[in-house]
Amino acid sequence: MQVFKMKPEEQNPKERIHNFKEVCLGYTKEQAIEEAKRCLQCPVPLCEKGCPAGISIKEFIKHIVDEEFDLALKIVLEKNSLPGVCGRVCPAEEQCKKICISKPAININLLERFVADNSEKIIKSVKKTGKKIAVVGSGPAGLACSSELALMGYEVVIFEALHKPGGVLTYGIPEFRLPNKIVMDEINYIKKLGVNIKLNSVIGKLFSIDELLKKYDSVFIATGAGLPYFLGIAGENLNNVYSANEFLTRNNLMKAYKFPEYITPVKKAKKTVVIGGGNVAVDSARVAKRLGSDVTIVYRRSRNEMPARNEEIKHAKEEGIEFVFLANPLRIIGKDDVEAVECIRMKLGEPDDSGRKRPLPLKGSEFKISCDQAIVAIGQGPNPMIGKTIDLNIGKKGNIIVDNNYQTSINNVFAGGDITSGSATVIKAISDGKKTAKIINEKIKRG
Amino acid sequence: MYKIKEKKFLAEKTYLIKLFAPDIAKKAKPGNFVMLRIDEKGERIPLTIADHDFETITIIFLVVGKTTEDLSKLNKGDNLLDVVGPLGNPIKIKNYGKVVFVAGGLGIAAIYPQLKALKRENRIISIIGARKKELLFLLDEIKQFSDKLIVCTDDGSYGKKGFVTDALKEIVDKEKIDMVITIGPPVMMMAVSELTRGKVKTIASINSIMVDGIGMCGSCRVRVNNKIKFACVDGPEFDAHEVDWDELLKRNSKYKEEECKCLK
Repeated sequence: MQVFKMKPEEQNPKERIHNFKEVCLGYTKEQAIEEAKRCLQCPVPLCEKGCPAGISIKEFIKHIVDEEFDLALKIVLEKNSLPGVCGRVCPAEEQCKKICISKPAININLLERFVADNSEKIIKSVKKTGKKIAVVGSGPAGLACSSELALMGYEVVIFEALHKPGGVLTYGIPEFRLPNKIVMDEINYIKKLGVNIKLNSVIGKLFSIDELLKKYDSVFIATGAGLPYFLGIAGENLNNVYSANEFLTRNNLMKAYKFPEYITPVKKAKKTVVIGGGNVAVDSARVAKRLGSDVTIVYRRSRNEMPARNEEIKHAKEEGIEFVFLANPLRIIGKDDVEAVECIRMKLGEPDDSGRKRPLPLKGSEFKISCDQAIVAIGQGPNPMIGKTIDLNIGKKGNIIVDNNYQTSINNVFAGGDITSGSATVIKAISDGKKTAKIINEKIKRG
Repeated sequence: MYKIKEKKFLAEKTYLIKLFAPDIAKKAKPGNFVMLRIDEKGERIPLTIADHDFETITIIFLVVGKTTEDLSKLNKGDNLLDVVGPLGNPIKIKNYGKVVFVAGGLGIAAIYPQLKALKRENRIISIIGARKKELLFLLDEIKQFSDKLIVCTDDGSYGKKGFVTDALKEIVDKEKIDMVITIGPPVMMMAVSELTRGKVKTIASINSIMVDGIGMCGSCRVRVNNKIKFACVDGPEFDAHEVDWDELLKRNSKYKEEECKCLK
């Protein structure tokens, strides 16, 4: 029996810590076909129930087996306009792969990535409805909603606050996990569907929601969770203490890692402490590593509770990033610049609201980690900008409140993605965007 | 693309440009700023909207670093890649009574739209300062909208010799002032704030280092009344007596080294 090569090639850790190129190189054609052949083509494909975008997984995999890659991509695009993105950043192990009955599970995400990277996206022409929709924010939720609406014949304009589209895909997720070229290629596909993206347009400042409602039949707010949380401990405003958002934005959106070729600066640290346990924390740690710093991630719970994807944690470990579990920062020490982070050891108690075991401090166990850079990656909240400028129903955490149909407290104004839920996943945002598109369509058709 | 419709040399290292940006111009209010980026490799920098008409916004800048130097080399007809705004909270235009503006450096440009807006309902005293005569600009414009204008230079080459705080002290000691608005280098604003503490309500416009300018990174965070505020979305104007000036001064010198490297 042929030995199955399930693992795609990866850049060697020793080399990749010196560049920002993609770590996982993806499947070759042979590997993709081989992997696709393992799919049992279940009569009732459970995997599809696990896909928030509802991709016809069984069917697209069959096309890979038959080497009909363009057809495979066509099937994927029917449900997801961002396959190259999702194939890379979806937590497939928690979704489609989790309920795949093959052992080990089929690498559905890598197959999705393969077809996205290796086939031509065909543009369908659609009959125009003559109705116009405004979408606020060009992150995953906004893009998914826009492409879905464009395919239904709506004229869609996305208003993006930054100078580049993509939201968190552009400013947040680093190139070694999600190359900017992939994001821009998929956005170009969405533009070709007829979606117009207006950059540098801050809604609430340049145009109000009321103004949009005068020109458009509906508005979809998808401004994401871009508000960085801070710890509220002493020393947090010392120099070289960054929010993960700032650190990632400088490097991803502004390309500070190419300073001084690119003008935005970032400090070259020797020792970085990253505080947090999610994907954003691990991304920040790996960027710092690539900028030449030794890196320690401090997380208050244990390895098991870390919200970051296993693959990212594994990659980080291979890259020499250290983890200090069950430790919580008490204060950041330094005169002008950060010099150390003082932490306290924690133990796990009873589960809290999030269902994870609550970390409790162990008295007298304080210790210091020396560093010349600290990155706070303890989460992001919904962007408050729009809520401040219009009378919308806003939740305690700053999230826009919507009903089951993504309808906000203002008629014809919908919202979805992280702005309604707080920081979640790319695919959840895509799913929200798609569902809202359907709801907007139904509502407009009802008249 | 945002076209430069006009460019003027105002003073040493100080330039004025008018940018074609009709949507921003329609919404611009006194106190607002824009973030601009010259080209693909450029950084985003915040600059106050000093004035506007129906289709252009006026930006005044001082050459202090790489981006402002590049900007000073552009001319009428050239384009900026990105301009986003109007950002930040505008000032509240109402009757305060007697208002003293204290400005230095680029702050001179920033007070202009504010005093212009407040002039109708308030008595305006403007105190502007510079190290020397060659660094002064907009004097006529500011005079036009001030009941009284006092100019100070460190070396006495124009107006009164001395600091803006000297002139402010004389006024505060002599008459009842309802509000002081100060915009300029943080050291100057800190000095103004110390002088008026416990005496006159004082507003300062915080010019901390920004990256996105829309509340997403926290680079511009400043401690106000012991709470973390973002200058870009919560400000830029705060109660000067509540600002942690020492921390702001430290944070604003963060990238000195890199700035030098970039200019070489």
